[in-house]
Amino acid sequence: MVRDLSTTLCGVELDNPVIPASGTFGFGLEMSEVYDINILGSISVKGTTREARFGNPTPRIAECSSGMINSVGLQNPGIDAVISHELPQLRERFHKPIIANISGFSIEEYTECCRKIDSEEQVEIIEVNVSCPNVHNGGMAFGTSAESAAAVTEAVKAVTTKPVFIKLSPNVTDIVSIARACEDAGADGLTLINTMLGMRIDIARRRPVIANKMGGFSGRAIFPVAVRMVYQVANACSIPVIGCGGIATAEDVVEMMMAGASAVQVGAENLRNPYACKQIIEELPKLMERLGIEKLRDIIGIVK
Amino acid sequence: MKEVIFEIIENRPLTQSIYQMVLRGDCSAITRPGQFVELSLEGLFLRRPISVCNYENNELTLIYKVVGKGTAQMAELAAGTKLNALTGLGNGFNDSVDCSRPLLVGGGVGVPPLYRLARNLIAQGKDVTMVLGFNTASEIFYREQFEALGAKVFVATADGSEGCKGFVTDAIAQSGVDADYFYSCGPLPMLRALTTALDIAGEISLEERMGCGFGICMGCSIQTASGPKRVCKEGPVFKKEEILW
Repeated sequence: MVRDLSTTLCGVELDNPVIPASGTFGFGLEMSEVYDINILGSISVKGTTREARFGNPTPRIAECSSGMINSVGLQNPGIDAVISHELPQLRERFHKPIIANISGFSIEEYTECCRKIDSEEQVEIIEVNVSCPNVHNGGMAFGTSAESAAAVTEAVKAVTTKPVFIKLSPNVTDIVSIARACEDAGADGLTLINTMLGMRIDIARRRPVIANKMGGFSGRAIFPVAVRMVYQVANACSIPVIGCGGIATAEDVVEMMMAGASAVQVGAENLRNPYACKQIIEELPKLMERLGIEKLRDIIGIVK
Repeated sequence: MKEVIFEIIENRPLTQSIYQMVLRGDCSAITRPGQFVELSLEGLFLRRPISVCNYENNELTLIYKVVGKGTAQMAELAAGTKLNALTGLGNGFNDSVDCSRPLLVGGGVGVPPLYRLARNLIAQGKDVTMVLGFNTASEIFYREQFEALGAKVFVATADGSEGCKGFVTDAIAQSGVDADYFYSCGPLPMLRALTTALDIAGEISLEERMGCGFGICMGCSIQTASGPKRVCKEGPVFKKEEILW
């Protein structure tokens, strides 16, 4: 039997639910030399800000048990260069819907970037990152209170007709209240979770491993937290959820979708295994057969 | 970039903390000296980037220093063990620069990637001089291998227990080397001192903590004279004028 892997996000049809997470796939260029990236459902491209950013000092990376910490700090060439340089190159290699990922340090910055990206035809979803833990006075600051998350949502919705997904931070007391606030403010969907704020210390040198001291913890270790939060949010909201956080296998994809995700993003696993998304997509039909799943979309939120 | 399953043929210490690992497997993706591979190690999340010392006839030689969990684990691996590696990473040294008397300067565990480079340059008929810096005599490795290639080799030790007492820059000054291009790999202070001391063109290999190793995570970015560059992708080798000290 042919297994149906397709899924839908706010009317955007995806051949399968597997999407590389923002920041773990660049703008697709490097990975297009590793395998045919058109097998992917979509790509969430590198987080983009209004101005070009170099990001944080190095070391930006720390190894952890079953995961890693990054403190890249939103390094990107800026929205204008993304539109003039990165997206045209990606378009030559990738013929599926693209998810643009937007970050900012003020509501004006978020709206300016979203307004600019709105005219990019192949960008079918805008993902608004209010959860980057690696920059000060921006990013996560907007995603840790229901009021500011709603304010960003409302502002960007006013400047684009494309579906807006708000990418939420797990570093909060009550993710459901923030998710609901975004939904009430007009969000079309939610992506969760971004990285968890973490820290490692070099005990020989008696100093933090990361130059910026703290960073975002991701990888397999955070998967149970992500499943829990996706489950809570999907049950509390009626807009679609992209599940993200520690996904590494086809089993993880099915588990995340059963928790309520309409699609998934694979992040840190791409850094240790560049073929991770490809292997997951190839494995999914076999796993569906074993589990008796005909259409992947049938299992979305099946666990109550 | 190519993912290859290698088999360890040999893994032995060269000094107290420096090990040589020889692996058998497909080296076809490795095209230039100074490139690196990334090893997947049991129980560790991120791969470990290790510079390539030599590659030929499906044999890959890696020389590494035990500095942390990953390299300590590598030192315990027995012959016959299979290792998953991403090969052919980074841009490597440019061994076709127009020069006749290249100077190759290595510091400590920065010495290994110069091996294949020296071999290529000597094969082109170039007059290769090596200056190798170590802390002390017991840490010296690969001097004989470079001599066997036909390079002139000078050694500096910080404590003076062998060769010139001091740093590689002292050894260069004392030996009166007359070079027209340089290549270097080693600790950052050495690279900086060397770049300042030499008024010839050259290129240096940098080290940075990496996430992916193939250019997608921006974990190892540095600022250069021509904007942000990834040590794993545009590097690890950069022309000296690119580096902002």
